[in-house]
Amino acid sequence: MFGFVASRVARAALTIGFVVTFAFVVLRLSGDPAMLIMSVDAPPEAIEAFRKAWGLDRPIWEQYVAYAAKALSGDFGNSMRDGRPAIELVLERVPMTLAITIPAFLIKIGLGIPAGIFAALHRNSVLDRLTMTVSVAGFTVPSFVLALLLVLVFSVQLGWLPSSGSESWQHAILPIITLGVAGAAVLARFTRSAMLEVLGQPYIRTASAKGVPWRRVVSGHALPNAAIPTVTIVGFMIGSLIAGAVVVESVFAWPGVGRLLVASVANRDLAVVQAILLAIAISMVAANLAVDIAYGWLDPRPRRGRAHA
Amino acid sequence: MDKLVEIRGLTVDFAQGGRSIRALHGIDLDVGAGEAVGLVGESGSGKSVTWLAALGLLPGTASIRGSVMLDGRQMVGAPRSMLETLRGRRVAMIFQDPSSSLNPVFRIGRQIGEALGLHRGLKGAAAEAEAKRLLDRVGIANGARRLRDYPHELSGGMNQRVMIAMALAGEPDLLIADEPTTALDATVQAQILALLQEIRHESGMAIVLISHDLGVVAENVDRVCVMYAGRLVEEAASDTLFDRPRHPYTRGLLAALPALDGPRTRLVSIPGSVPEPWNLPKGCAFAPRCGEADEACHGSQPPLVPVNAAERVLCFRTRYFPDAPASQPQPVPALQDAAFREAVL
Ligand SMILES: Nc1ncnc2c1ncn2[C@@H]1O[C@H](COP(=O)(O)OP(=O)(O)OP(=O)(O)O)[C@@H](O)[C@H]1O
Ligand code: SF4
Ligand SMILES: [Mg+2]
Repeated sequence: MFGFVASRVARAALTIGFVVTFAFVVLRLSGDPAMLIMSVDAPPEAIEAFRKAWGLDRPIWEQYVAYAAKALSGDFGNSMRDGRPAIELVLERVPMTLAITIPAFLIKIGLGIPAGIFAALHRNSVLDRLTMTVSVAGFTVPSFVLALLLVLVFSVQLGWLPSSGSESWQHAILPIITLGVAGAAVLARFTRSAMLEVLGQPYIRTASAKGVPWRRVVSGHALPNAAIPTVTIVGFMIGSLIAGAVVVESVFAWPGVGRLLVASVANRDLAVVQAILLAIAISMVAANLAVDIAYGWLDPRPRRGRAHA
Repeated sequence: MDKLVEIRGLTVDFAQGGRSIRALHGIDLDVGAGEAVGLVGESGSGKSVTWLAALGLLPGTASIRGSVMLDGRQMVGAPRSMLETLRGRRVAMIFQDPSSSLNPVFRIGRQIGEALGLHRGLKGAAAEAEAKRLLDRVGIANGARRLRDYPHELSGGMNQRVMIAMALAGEPDLLIADEPTTALDATVQAQILALLQEIRHESGMAIVLISHDLGVVAENVDRVCVMYAGRLVEEAASDTLFDRPRHPYTRGLLAALPALDGPRTRLVSIPGSVPEPWNLPKGCAFAPRCGEADEACHGSQPPLVPVNAAERVLCFRTRYFPDAPASQPQPVPALQDAAFREAVL
C-alpha cells in the first residue's frame, strides 16, 4: 500500500513538473510580453529596460532555473501588468469560478446520472430515445453556442436573466445552466452505457434468479458495478472545477479563473498564466488520485497496470 | 410421481432488429418432485431459453407464450412480484460460467447471506453461521475465511460450489443447473457433478441438468430430453435413450461420444451445424443434416409423438428403426407413401 501511494505521488509530481515546464517553454517561445504590455510607441530603451527587469533578456534555461527555484519555495512570480503576486491574482478568482462550477457539477451529477440510469432501465423506450437525443444535442452543441442560445431566449426574448457580468446571483444562473446541461448530457450517456453493460452481465441474472426483487437488483447489484467506470468521468469533472469554465466565463463575462487565463494569455502575462496552469495541473492530478482511491474502494479486483494488488 | 413443473406449449419469440425470431417452438416438458432430468442439445438449441423463460428471466425483448405450471401456479405472464417469491425459493438456477455469475464487488458471504435473508429471514450472526454450514456442505473447507473472499480470489470450481451453496440457501424444490461444468476442467467437472448427485439424494431436491454433453447427462439423470433448434426431439429414460436411441439426432450425439473413459469433447461429429433460428428449413429442422431425410422431411414439420408411455420422438421415420443400436444404424427402406406415413403417425 505504501509503495502504491508513493509511486502515485511521485507520478503526480512528475506530471505537474512536466506541465509547468512545457508551459514555461511554450509561453516564452510564442511571443514577447514586452511588446504586448508596453504601449506600441514605447521607446526601445523602455522595452529593453522592461525585459531586463523581468529577466526576459537572459537565456531561457537560466530563466527556467530561476523560476523553478523560486517556485519550489512557493514564489510563483508577479504579474507583469500590476506587479502583484500571480498566485494571489489567481486565488482571488477561484471563488468566483467555483461559484458557477460547483452548482453546475451538482446539476451534472443530479441530472446526468439519474437520466442515464433511467434510460438504461428503459432501453429503447420513447423516454430512452428522448433522453439520448437531448443528450447528444447537449454535448455536440459547443458550449458557446448553447450559451448564446440561452442568452437569446432568457435574456433577449424573455428578459428574465442578465446576459453578462457578475453583479448579482442572477448573473450566475445562465453560466451554471450552460455548464451543467452540457456536462449532464455527457454523464447521462456515459452512465447509460455503463449501466447497460452491467445489466447484461451474468451476475445480474444470478441475482434475479436467486429471488432478489428487481429494484434491489438495480440498486444493490447493478449500480455498485456501474459506478466503477462512472467514477472516472466524475473525477475528471471534479478536476475541472477550477478551470473547466474558460469558454463560458468568457461568453458571460464572468470574472473567474478562466477569464483571467484568457486575458493573461492575450497579454503574455507569463507568471499569471503559469500560476493558472499550475493550479489546473494540481487539481487534475488530485482528482486523478481521488479516482484511483475510489476505484480501489469500489472494485476489489486487482487493476490492470497497477503496481500492487 | 408428483409433478413439480409442467411446461406446455412453451414458445419464445425474440424481437430483434424489427423482426420477431422464434427461439422456442412449443416445448412440452414435466419435472417430477425429486426427479433428475437431463436436457441435451447443441449450442443454440434453446436449453437455457426454456428455463429462463419459465422463471421469467428473459429480457423484455422476449415474448413468451404457453404455460408453465409450478405447483399448480401459472408462471407465464405472472406478476414480477410473484415470480420473485418463487425464484431461489422454489426453483433455483446455477449457470455455466460461475466466476462471472457472482457479483465481483461483493464478498461471497454477503452474496450467500443475501439469499438467506430473502428466503429464510436470516441475518447477522445466524446468516453467517448458516452460510458457513452451506459452504461446508458444498465441500469448501475453511468456510469462515472463504466467506470473506471475493469471487476473483476463488477458482472456477470453487465459485461453482459457492453458486450451489447460494442455490441451496433457499432450500428449493428444483435446481436448474445450466451447463454447470462446461467452463471447468475435467476433474473439477466430475467433482461438481458428484456433489450435485449427493445433494439431490440427501435433500430430495429435483434437478434439471442442462448440458451439450450427452455423456455427462446420462450418468446423472433418470430421464433425458434432447433438444434441437428450439424443439424437443426425443425424450426417454436415460438407459433407454442410450440403449435404443430413436431420433437420428440422438443417434448422432451418441455416435459422437468418445469412449466411456476417454476425454469428453464437444459434440462435433454430426456434419453441418444447427440452423439459425431465423433461417429454419421448412420441414424438419434436422433434415439438412439427417442421413435418413427424404422429401417429406424437407416438406413438413414432424410431430412429437409418444412411442410408448415413457418415450416421445419428433421424427417421421421413428417407427422404421425402432430397436437399432446407436453405433450401427439399420438400413432404412425409403418411404414413398405419405398416406401410409400419416396413418402410422
Ligand atoms: N436474449 C436473446 N435475444 C435474442 N435471441 C436469443 C436470446 N437468448 C437466446 N437467444 C436465441 O435463442 C436460441 C436458443 O438459445 P439458448 O441460449 O437457449 O441455447 P442453448 O441451448 O442454451 O445453447 P448453449 O449451449 O449455447 O447455452 C439461440 O438461437 C439464441 O441465439
Ligand atoms: S423427420 Fe426426417 S429429417 Fe427429421 S430427423 Fe426424422 S428422418 Fe431425419
Ligand atoms: Mg445455454
